[in-house]
Formats: sequence, structure tokens, C-alpha cells
Amino acid sequence: MSAGLLLLLLAGLGALGFLAGRARALSLVRGDARGLHSLPGYYGQTVALFAVVPAFLLLLGWLLLQPVLVERSITAMILPADIASGSSRELVMADVRRIAEGMERLVTTGAITEGELAALVPQPDLLKDRLSAAGVALAAPIQPHIAEAATAWRAEMALGQALMAVAVLAVAVAGFLGALWRVAPGFRARNVVERFIRWMLIAASSIAILTTIGIIFSLVFESWHFFQLYPARDFFLSLTWSPKFGGGSDLGIWPLLWGTLYVSFIALLVAVPVGLMAAIYLSEYATPALRAVAKPAIEVLAGIPSIVYGLFALMTVGPFLRDWFARPMGLGDSSSSVMTAGVVMGIMLIPYVSSLSDDIINAVPQSLRDGSYGLGATQSETIRQVVFPAALPGIVGAILMAASRAIGETMIVVLGAGAAARLDLNPFEAMTTVTVKIVSQLTGDTEFASPETLVAFALGLTLFVFTLGLNILALGIVRKYREQYE
Amino acid sequence: MTDLSATAPNSAPQRGGASLIAPDARTQARNAAERRFRRLGLSAVLLGLVALVVLLASVLGNGVSAFRQTYVILPVTLEGSVLDKTGNRNPEEMKKVTTLGYGRLMQDALVAALAEKGIDTGDLKPKEIMALLSKEAPADLRDAVLADPSLIGQSVAFPAFATSRVDGYFKGRVTMESAARDANISPAQLQLADAMRAAGLIETRLNTGFLTRPDASELRPEAAGLGVAILGSAYMMLVVLVLSLPIGVAASIYLEELAPKNRWTDLIEINIANLAAVPSIVFGILALALFINIAGLPQSAPIVGGLVLTLMTLPTIIIATRASLKAVPPSIRDAALGVGASRMQTIFHHVLPLAMPGILTGTILGLARALGESAPLLLIGMVAFVRDFPAAPPAGFFDPASALPVQVYSWTQRADPAFAERASGAIIVLLVFLLSMNALAILLRRRFERRW
Repeated sequence: MSAGLLLLLLAGLGALGFLAGRARALSLVRGDARGLHSLPGYYGQTVALFAVVPAFLLLLGWLLLQPVLVERSITAMILPADIASGSSRELVMADVRRIAEGMERLVTTGAITEGELAALVPQPDLLKDRLSAAGVALAAPIQPHIAEAATAWRAEMALGQALMAVAVLAVAVAGFLGALWRVAPGFRARNVVERFIRWMLIAASSIAILTTIGIIFSLVFESWHFFQLYPARDFFLSLTWSPKFGGGSDLGIWPLLWGTLYVSFIALLVAVPVGLMAAIYLSEYATPALRAVAKPAIEVLAGIPSIVYGLFALMTVGPFLRDWFARPMGLGDSSSSVMTAGVVMGIMLIPYVSSLSDDIINAVPQSLRDGSYGLGATQSETIRQVVFPAALPGIVGAILMAASRAIGETMIVVLGAGAAARLDLNPFEAMTTVTVKIVSQLTGDTEFASPETLVAFALGLTLFVFTLGLNILALGIVRKYREQYE
Repeated sequence: MTDLSATAPNSAPQRGGASLIAPDARTQARNAAERRFRRLGLSAVLLGLVALVVLLASVLGNGVSAFRQTYVILPVTLEGSVLDKTGNRNPEEMKKVTTLGYGRLMQDALVAALAEKGIDTGDLKPKEIMALLSKEAPADLRDAVLADPSLIGQSVAFPAFATSRVDGYFKGRVTMESAARDANISPAQLQLADAMRAAGLIETRLNTGFLTRPDASELRPEAAGLGVAILGSAYMMLVVLVLSLPIGVAASIYLEELAPKNRWTDLIEINIANLAAVPSIVFGILALALFINIAGLPQSAPIVGGLVLTLMTLPTIIIATRASLKAVPPSIRDAALGVGASRMQTIFHHVLPLAMPGILTGTILGLARALGESAPLLLIGMVAFVRDFPAAPPAGFFDPASALPVQVYSWTQRADPAFAERASGAIIVLLVFLLSMNALAILLRRRFERRW
């Protein structure tokens, strides 16, 4: 029984439970709802909730755990002799999975019966032909033992599915009957339903914590794998980045970190002055009409997806900078460069800096301005010498937040900065960043066995730590500053 | 203040006998600094606006032409003796005629049409003339015939895609000079295309296929479309909506209305604030490790994309929902509690309905952000080349698909410049979707927002 069918059944059971609970409560008091502790609907809701929710959670958990457990038991079946030289246990397991999926496809499309399939397993060559006819192409000939493992994989998956259906339905029916049995005129159904819902709300709000744990777990776990294959010393101290998929790569993080920081620096060089001055002008000088037009227009920049900026960098800004600056000045011949990515990212960051600074400048009390005007200062003197220093901590927080965005930005640098890892000062040279390398190491081939792919997780961890640190710092500064004037 | 000014005049510092009307040098300098500062601010604002205009103009300028395509209007007689030898119009038997057979038919038809119009083909071989047509054209004709077998025996004017070089020639991307250096097209072929256009055999018209067709291979940019990508994005948005709206609203209700002030609540709040700032690519890594490697979900499936975008959108929706719950005045809650409603009844019967417009607005804006997100989708394999449309949901959630922003990325990675035009065109489609979602959000806010 498939998961979709089970879900439908659960939904049906829930609806039935609602009707049954309500009807039973009413029949117990002979249709006079005043005899009940709660409104009749609450009795129905109790039955529906107890029938559906535990069974649904079991279903979810089972779907998540079953592949892991089956994988583990089959991995144990594979003998060291099955692993060809140059291969690994993970690669063999991938083959097992593909063979099993191919068998499943053959059976479900009706190309072959279960009996014929069982007869095929001892004849790996024939099996391979049938599989490739079904669209499952395998590189090496199938080992008989591997074919057996695939059969076992299928059998365990099917058994798991059957067990899951039985278990889920049992839990659902038990919940249904148990709740229905508890229905009585004095049963406090409303309190039960409300407590139940309260727990569901708590669970929903804990998803944020689960996500963070998931992120940290996956990053740390796979990075730990990486550091077992590749020395951490080299990763953190080496100055070269040259992954070779045959092995013997140099995976030093410094060229990537340098590119990331260089691009971010140029982006901030563009975004901070423009964003700050725009915020000052809009909050202190602009007429209401101009403000009503310009502020939303600048904020539109924040709503544009980064892929659009990436395309802008690739097609417009890159060639423009190359033809008008890099070539005439003899600084390079590449349209993707640190400058391209930096300038475009700067444009993207303008609204972050400006709208955050705008809020902060508006939060500076009017009395400070009035005091300054009273002493005879002009408006710009007031802004530079009174408002700006008062708002400075908040503005620093805003800049740090923008910096964290710049470091984590991906699409602009993927399309605008290039892919060559080098330590260079020339901003018109193509360089690469941490995010670009995460993308390039993880797209395409995703067998998680080589240091060349696993390095992406170590890079991701570095990125996560950097941005998290910057954000906590920024949030701390902004919060402290807010308290100052409240 | 009058008595102050009456006693003040003589004690005021005199600066070099300057008059009150003509400002002295120092005041002039200060005023000039004021004007400079002001101009600087204005130019920063203008710079931001100019950047926006240039960005949009560059995308629009490059992309609008993707919606128009050059077609060869080919008068072709669909001979029954070639396409359906048995003559009983059985689609299974007609499928035996491959695109090669249709290609020969089209080549003969093209040569005949040129001869009829009296167009001099010079010393171009029929094969070179046929090269003006897209390699996808015979397959298109075959699909059309298989979809409607009654066409056989008739003479139809079939609009076949011209190859991307001919298309580029009429759009100004390809010139005679570049054609001379190009292995795929020669100046003689382009001259022939000019003559065919004059004779009405070539037309440039609206290309609806850009929105409905699947992606096409590297050599056939003219046939590439956004169909699979739009469908994939729609599936993902469906998953995001179904998951993130209830979870986000539930979480916000708990945090805003019920949660006691304790460590656990603080932890949740800090987590939500931080998740909103985690780079999107880190979510991609999470999805790759958790959903694909551990849970074994298929790569490039909309369900995985939808799940990771849900996790990314949740903080946005939670923040928006909490703001609109907070905006409902406490008097509403007090009144409901006062007439004997329980906390839950107060929330679900009174507060939540009043906060609904704000919640929906926030959700739509969150969805719009998720729609444009591409970095995490790159990691879960959505860049794969997918030609088949995913099945109808729910099975389709597990079929490989593409997504709008990722399709843009994969088109930028291809060598043929015709794909650059298409990438910009896809961006226009994406921006139109985003714009309409934002407009809907603004409309909702205008229509239903309540000022207390």
C-alpha cells in the first residue's frame, strides 16, 4: 500500500471520526447538548485528532527511517570481495540501488513477472540486458552476489512498506476507538482538544530549531568526513586550490576566502556610501512626494532575485567593465571579474543598507536635531555631527548585515566573478569565492566519497560560521542601540 | 524674546563689520557645504534609481526578442503513401515513420516551394537549404501529424522553426561577416533566407512555444522553451504554500499569543532570526545531505525543492504573521475572553480571522522570494537537462523537473549566443510572475487592511 493511499485513508478515517464522535456524544445525552461538558463538535474533533495525528507522525517517521535501515542491512551483506579495486562500498551500494530500481520498473511495467525475475537473478548477463532495455544502463557486468543483494533490497523495501501500512492503520484505528470510547457526557473534550492543538503549535514553532540542528548536523558530520580524508592543516593553511578528481588535489581555502572577501569589500564600497547617503537624503531632505516614489523604487532592488543580478553582471556589466576599463588600462581581458561581481552585488545591497539606515536615522530623537539647530548649525552639520554619530552603532549593525549577505551571495558571483582560484590584487581579474566552489563541487557528480566533493561541506561550514558570527554581532549592536533611545 | 533682543544688539560679536544681509565668507562656505551635501544625497538617490532602470532596461532589451521567432512557412503535402503506408490511420503504425522520413518530405517540399516562387538557390545543395530549418522541425511536424492523423493527404502551410542563426540574422545578432566565419551557416544561406523573406516564405511572429515547450538540446536553441521550468516552479510553489502557510501560522500563533517567556521560547526566537539570515546556499547543502542522501528522495524533484524553499520561507512568513497578529488590538481578545471564550477560541474565532489579510500578504511575498531563489536548487540537481514534463501531482512531485531561475542559469552556461537571448526572456517571465504576485499582495493589503 503506497504512502499516498495511506494518507487518503487517514483523511477518510479523520472525517469519519469527527462524525462518529459527535454523533456518539449527542446520542449519550439523547440529543440534548446541554448535558455535555463541551460543544458536540469538540467530541468529534477529539476522535479525529487522535485517529489522524499519531498515525500521520508514525507514517512520516517510517518513511524517513526505512531507507536508512534497509541501506544499513544491505551494506552489511556486501562482502569485501564484491568491491572491485578502485571502487568503494558507496559505489557498490549505488549499483545495488539502481539494479533494484530497475527490477521494480520491469515488474511494474509488466515487462516481466516476479517468477521470471527470480529466475534471472542467477544469470547476471541476461539480467543486465533486460535492465538496459528498461533504461537502466550499468557500466560493469553485474556480480551474482550484487544481484542477490538487489533482490534482498527489494524484498526488505516491500516488507517495510507492508509493515508500515499495517502499523499506521493499527495506530489510527486504535486512536479512533480509544478516543471514541472515552467520549462521555462528563468528558472534557474542549480541554483535551485545546491541549492537543497547543502541542501541535509548539511542534510547529520548534521546526526552526530542528532546521538549525539539521544544518549544523549535516555540515559538521560531512565536514568531519572530509577532514578524515584530507588533513585540516592543509585545508586551513594551504594557499593553493586545485582539485583534481583523480586524487592528489590541493584544497586550500585561502584563495576562495580571499576572493569572497575582495568581492564583498568592493560590494560594500559601492553599497555603503550610496545606501547611506540615499537614506540620509530620503529621511532628512526629501519632499514627501519624492520620498513616496523613491523609497519604494529603491526597495524594488531588494525584491529582484539574485539570478537577475547575475545575468545583469554576465551580459551587461562584465563586458562594459572589460571594454571601458580593464582593456584600456591594460588590467586584464576577462569579462567576469571581482569588479563585475562586486559592483553588481553593491547595487543589490543598496536597499539593505538604505532601508535599515533609514529606520535607524528616523529613530534618532528629534530633540537632538532641534538642539543642534538651536545652536545655529546648518542641516548638513546637524546630520554629520549629531545625527550620524548618534545613529552610528545602528548603521554599523546594518553594514555588518549587508556584509553577511555579500559573503553568502551565490548567483551573482557564480555568473560574474569567474571560476579561477587565485590570490591576486587586480580587481579586473577573474577570481572565485567560497559559494562558487560549493556549487561547482556539488553539482553533477554527487557520490560522497571523495575529498573533492566533501570539501564543499567544509566550505559550507566556514560560510555558515562567518555569516552567523556577523549576524549575531550585528543583531547585538542594533538591539543595544535601540534600547538607548527607548 | 523681545526684551532679549532689545538688550542684545551691542553685546553681539561684530565680525569685521559685515552686514546682516550679505553673508560673510565663513557663512558662504558653510552654505556651500550644505548644498554640496544635499546634492550628494540627491545623487545617491538618483544613482539607486538609475541602477534600477539600467538593470530592468538591460534585461528587457536583451530578452523581449525571445518572444518572437523566425518561422519558415512551409507548404507541404503530407503524402499518405509516405507517412501511412497501410492507409488505416492507425497511430501505432504511423509512429514507425521516423523524423528522418518527415525530414526528407520537408526537404523536398522546401526545394519545390523555392522553385515555385522562382527563388534562385545558387549552388546550394538541398541539404544546405534544409539547414535553414531547425533540426527540431521534422519532429514537430511528426508530432502534429500523430496528434491529428486526418492531416494526412492534405496540403498544409506548416510553420517550422528556422534555425537559430537565421533567426539571429533577422534579429541582428548574426551578420554576413560573422556567418562567413561560422561553420553552421554561410552567407549564401543567409542571402537565400533574405529572398525567402521577401517571397513570404519566412516570417517573424509571436512564439508561444517559448512558454509551453520543454527545454531543447545545445544545438537547437530556437526550440527551447520554459514549459517544464514553469510547471516545476508551480509544483514547488504548491509544496511551499501547503507546508509553510499552516506551519508558519501555527508557529506564530504559539510565539505571539501563547508562549510563556522562558528559555525555550527565547531559543526559538533567536533561531528564527538567525535562519532568516543564513545564506540560501547553506539550505541547499542541508537539502542535499538530509533529503537526498539520508531520506533517499530523488534528485531534481519538485518535492525536494519545495521542502528546502519551505524551510527558507518559514522565517519570512513567521515574521509577517507575528506582525499582523500583533496589530490586532488587545480589546478584541479581552472582549472574547470576557464573554467566556477560551484562549484557543479567542485566537481561532476572533484574532486569526482579523489578522488573515496581513498573513496572506506576508505569505505571498514569501512565495515571491522563494520563486526567485536559485542557489539551493542548483545543489539538489535541478540543473539537470529535463525534456519530459512531470506527471500530474501528486506523482509529479517526485518526477525530475526544472525551475524558472535555474533554467536561466543553465541557459547562461551554454555556448550558443541564442541561449543568452532566451535566458533574458526567461528572466522577463520570472519578473512578470513576481510583479503580479507583489501586485496581488498590495491589492490584498489595500482591500482588506484595517486601521484600528
